[in-house]
Amino acid sequence: MSSSFLTIDSICKRYGLLRALEAVSLDVTQGEFLTLLGPSGSGKSTLLAILAGFAEPDQGIVRLNGRDITRLAPEARRFGVVPQGYGLFPHLTVYENIAFPLRVRRSRSASINGRVRQVMELLQIGSVKSRLPRELSGGQQQRVALARALSFEPDLLLLDEPMSALDALLRRDLQAELVRLHRQVGTTFVYVTHDQQEALALSDRIVVLNHGRIEQIGTPRSIYAQPATRFVANFLGKNNLLQATAAIGPLGRLHFHWNGHRIAAGVTAPFEGPCSLTIRPEAIVLTKVGHSSQGTKDRILGTVVNHTFHGASADVIVAVGHESLTVTLTAAASPPVPGDEVWLAFDAERLWCLPEADTISPAASATSPELAA
Amino acid sequence: MILPSAIALGREFAGARFQIAPVRGLSVQDGLVIGSVLVLIACYLLPLGAVVALSFLVPVPGIGNYWSIFQNATVHAVVGKTLWISSLTVGLTLLLGYITAYALVQAGPVARKLMLAGVLLPLWISVLVRNYAWIALLSPGGIVNSILIRWGWLDQPVSLVRNSFGVVLGMVHYMLPYAILPIYAQMARIDSTLPHLARSLGASPRQAFIRVFLPLSRPGLAAAAFLTSIMSLGFYLTPAMLGGGKTVMVAEFISIQVTETLRWDIATTLSTLLLLVTGALVWRFSHLLELATAKPKT
Repeated sequence: MSSSFLTIDSICKRYGLLRALEAVSLDVTQGEFLTLLGPSGSGKSTLLAILAGFAEPDQGIVRLNGRDITRLAPEARRFGVVPQGYGLFPHLTVYENIAFPLRVRRSRSASINGRVRQVMELLQIGSVKSRLPRELSGGQQQRVALARALSFEPDLLLLDEPMSALDALLRRDLQAELVRLHRQVGTTFVYVTHDQQEALALSDRIVVLNHGRIEQIGTPRSIYAQPATRFVANFLGKNNLLQATAAIGPLGRLHFHWNGHRIAAGVTAPFEGPCSLTIRPEAIVLTKVGHSSQGTKDRILGTVVNHTFHGASADVIVAVGHESLTVTLTAAASPPVPGDEVWLAFDAERLWCLPEADTISPAASATSPELAA
Repeated sequence: MILPSAIALGREFAGARFQIAPVRGLSVQDGLVIGSVLVLIACYLLPLGAVVALSFLVPVPGIGNYWSIFQNATVHAVVGKTLWISSLTVGLTLLLGYITAYALVQAGPVARKLMLAGVLLPLWISVLVRNYAWIALLSPGGIVNSILIRWGWLDQPVSLVRNSFGVVLGMVHYMLPYAILPIYAQMARIDSTLPHLARSLGASPRQAFIRVFLPLSRPGLAAAAFLTSIMSLGFYLTPAMLGGGKTVMVAEFISIQVTETLRWDIATTLSTLLLLVTGALVWRFSHLLELATAKPKT
């Protein structure tokens, strides 16, 4: 990838004994919406601070269009930052907050006025332009912070958990807004969050971080369907991880042995031995015993132990032997109740397996064309 | 902890004489309030009233004292000197106080505690002791002069005390905690990520300071300016001791009129005017202290 826009090359950062980042390498494509996803302490905010120029890495290089910017001062980078808690200047009005990047760059006042009006219109905050930040709602503050970071047409927009202080409803509105904004301005967005739903909804690509290392990089769909590690499999969405053994049948087709059952996989792979079999709760078909089992050969008998209603969907916990599985049902007219005997059938196309040792499995790399893309 | 009490101290210094709690009902609490009000009247308001009254009564009744004060060249010189020394003191105190407060905010938790102790320690040492210490240090035969001469930086001792330099030095030293604490309190309330953020938005370190940090710390600076101005206008002991009779400020001048020249007309008139000026300043600017002690807005 020689034409890379932003390159992060083997970045290491330690805080005392804590290794915040270990050999993190990453290419950011111009114009994409890239999300750094990870739990707290995973190093995602440290990486953002290094990109913004607030922190220097101990090792490694950050390049922008081939130019080394690792030790460049923040003001020389032209990166817009939307920090956690918005960081609006409390003594300046909305207008002056947005004009700040232009004023410190000594733009002509006429062009400042035009540009500020333009971004205020883009974010629909023109009506509050003479208010102080403390007189704004959380959503409005968020928009002002975005407008300020975009006003000077930055090369890159860095967003550090910008939604974490908002309530769930507002967050959903702003997610849609952010996607629209990204499409409209075309600026590269690097977005930090610990919220996997947010990451899946917003991103072109997701970088999953854990303990200062990159666990996986890929599109939301590929990461969701083909997690590279057990951590990713558990962190993104609900998942069932089963201790199974992979075996290749006489026709070269892969199947798994789990809990005394044989489960056929929809993929062909040179992979055998103990593994973690993953199956998403919504990829399991559940039928009550006594009904037709929809012609599936590999069906497993289980007992419903719990049922949680979520509105659009419901989660059912099914015990199979000594293990239990979570099954998500979308629209069940007569939902199963605890004690019901049910048949479970796995969607063979949506099975995924990870080798026992927590590294990227040969099966994963061989069977996920999306990962390589 | 330490900070609010110091600010309360300052507020008491500045405004107590004008704040009398209202009396309602007759409980033990009210009794205490009434008692303290009576003590205040007996020990404070009556003598003060007498001073004000005397300024209109001796040597002859009328406003003649005020008339002659405004034409008295010596008084002009003393007032001019007082204003000059006070503004120099306030200016220097604010500058040094701002730098110290900034260092306090930037310091780590342990260093900050030590530094705060260093700031507060002088408050517990009598101003008399501190002034004698300055004299011991700065007088022609004092420690500073002998060291400078021994190192060959000076041929003969220079006067560091018994002049305006000594007075300003002593006053700045006395005032510093009263400037550092309100400024520090305000600075500590500033979101420490804002200057970083200003830089990511394109501001140089200087611009980030001037456009973001300085305006956000201004309420503390205003409170400090207010406190130190009020205090330096009426400063007595330090100018009297370190000025050595050459640098005479209003308070010392009044004292001389009372105890040496026995010109009670000048003394009471000048006292009344000083009271009026400081009173007006308190009336006009005491809200600055409220601002500095207000809870942070989020």
